[in-house]
Amino acid sequence: MILECDLTTTQAVGSDVGAASGKTEHNKNILEIHNLSLSFGGVTALRDVSFRVPEQGITTVIGPNGAGKTSMFNCISGFYQPQQGSIHYQGKPLTGVKPPARAALGLARTFQNIALFRGMTVLDNIKLGAHVHMKSGLLASLAYFGPARREEMAVRREVERHIIDFLEIDHIRRQPVASLPYGLQKRVELARALAMRPKVLMLDEPVAGMNREEKEDMARFILDIREEWDVTILMVEHDMAMVMDISDHIAVLNFGQVIAEGLPADVQNNAEVIEAYLGTRDMDSLRHKLNPESEVA
Amino acid sequence: MRIGDAKQSYEADEAIWTSSTQKFWFAVFLLVLAVFPFVADAYLLYIGCLVGIAVISTTGLNILTGFTGLISLGQAGFMGVGGYTVAWFSLHTALPFPLTLLLAGLLTAAVGILVGLPSLRVKGLYLAIATLAASVFLHFIFAEWQAVTGGMGGLSLPPAHLFGLTFQSDFEMYFIIVPLAVVMVLAAKNVFRTRTGRAFIAIRDRDISAEILGINLLRYKLMSFALSSFYAGVAGGLFAYFYRVVTPESFPLSLSIFYLAAVIVGGMGNLLGGILGAAFMTLIPEMLNLLTATLTPFYPNAPVFMSPMLGIIFGALIVGFLIFEPNGLGEIWQRVRRFFRLWPFRN
Repeated sequence: MILECDLTTTQAVGSDVGAASGKTEHNKNILEIHNLSLSFGGVTALRDVSFRVPEQGITTVIGPNGAGKTSMFNCISGFYQPQQGSIHYQGKPLTGVKPPARAALGLARTFQNIALFRGMTVLDNIKLGAHVHMKSGLLASLAYFGPARREEMAVRREVERHIIDFLEIDHIRRQPVASLPYGLQKRVELARALAMRPKVLMLDEPVAGMNREEKEDMARFILDIREEWDVTILMVEHDMAMVMDISDHIAVLNFGQVIAEGLPADVQNNAEVIEAYLGTRDMDSLRHKLNPESEVA
Repeated sequence: MRIGDAKQSYEADEAIWTSSTQKFWFAVFLLVLAVFPFVADAYLLYIGCLVGIAVISTTGLNILTGFTGLISLGQAGFMGVGGYTVAWFSLHTALPFPLTLLLAGLLTAAVGILVGLPSLRVKGLYLAIATLAASVFLHFIFAEWQAVTGGMGGLSLPPAHLFGLTFQSDFEMYFIIVPLAVVMVLAAKNVFRTRTGRAFIAIRDRDISAEILGINLLRYKLMSFALSSFYAGVAGGLFAYFYRVVTPESFPLSLSIFYLAAVIVGGMGNLLGGILGAAFMTLIPEMLNLLTATLTPFYPNAPVFMSPMLGIIFGALIVGFLIFEPNGLGEIWQRVRRFFRLWPFRN
């Protein structure tokens, strides 16, 4: 199982980026963001942002700190209400849909600063992700035996077989999340998002603060998820080496505006992107920075 | 001592008692509860009933405050609703006690939902003040709505009855209160191994991400209020049957604080801790009285000296607990269990 995963990862990472994304470009878009504007008082977080998330691929939103990436995620989750514009999910507008209903529609996410529930074990945190797909009401819960137990056991089985095993966290399932190291907490959060049976999985800086080994593990998991689960991945990430390696489609935000969108190779050579990152048009040094090979080493 | 606990099914893995040792000790505990009224004297029996009522009410408050993170100072008011409901139905109908208690629980749950409505907007201390206001308001209704509550004089009610049996003495009441307490605590335990309980804890730990993960905050906060108030209502109803009289002064504000203290001393978000906390809070004043009685032969002034001391000692014990054992009595219990896990081979 593990060996197999490693193989697919290497292939995907090693393959030509342009070719890998070539096939996803034809697919229809699962998420479309149209002219989104969001401001808090006088501070504009997003200004007329439009981009699309093609179905089945890995789309990454990059940009300098404070560019509005997490605000973008919060708009999609329904936590922020944009003043203008709309978000279309599977062709339908999400305007007015409350966050829990969006979760039920298949929009799952992880958070930049881990948002696990510290009072629960790893297993309970993951099972919580399946909340929207369960039905037991208060009375069934009080009685436990009967429908509630049947449902709990079905979820437990699903979580154990497809998620805990997949993400290699079986050794920590009984532990309270507060006692886990950072890298594992990130992985548990990913597990919880997978338990939501997502159609769009939004990852907010999945490898921030990780060491190289943890980053490689996470990249492998993300690629495996794309291969094995019927899910579109939308990611915010600063680690350029990883972004360029695994993304099929990239949108670049700067000061709340989309300044470029397209294939990794195109974005890498876009003059505006280079200026946003370096504040200069010195192409050579920037290429050096954005080029995965030299970065990873 | 037990060695290993290999499970063959998820059902066995998620049971309340996962080992035969645990099942054995729980059976012993139930046996002790069953034998207790036949060997205990009148005073101990009285205390046993009080602890049973306190356990139900504390469990209810623990669900709301300990597990869902919504601080409530309305517990006494909710118990009052339950108490008056039982009294009213006992006086005006011939319903047996299971039905009156059920009605008390349901009516209190409805009141709890109303009181809980602001909880979507206000949190923490502000919610405590909102529930305090509700408690004062309920107290006002108990005192002023003469036609239903009997005003300041309150209501005296006939004893609980079922199938021609009446439950009058403490001995008889014990057989209503304690089995009900056991069943209700187990039901609460069940809630926390299903999605409902997980949603409560998620709201306590991080309400915003809970909402993004698909938990409807208003629905679950109100559900927590309803469940908690149901427990309070049943506890209040038992209180009414036990004392056979309810007055506005039966449910003072200090009672709300008593239960909040029981939850904190026992351990917030720990059902077993809540039980220990309820027992502790009920027993300590009684023990201090006992201490006074033992001291009196040696120091004739002991009662004069001790009566103001009771409050101070009681308070000091609670403060001591908060400082030295912030996770409450439940945590101490866990430590004891860990000690005996591999005893006597390792400890």
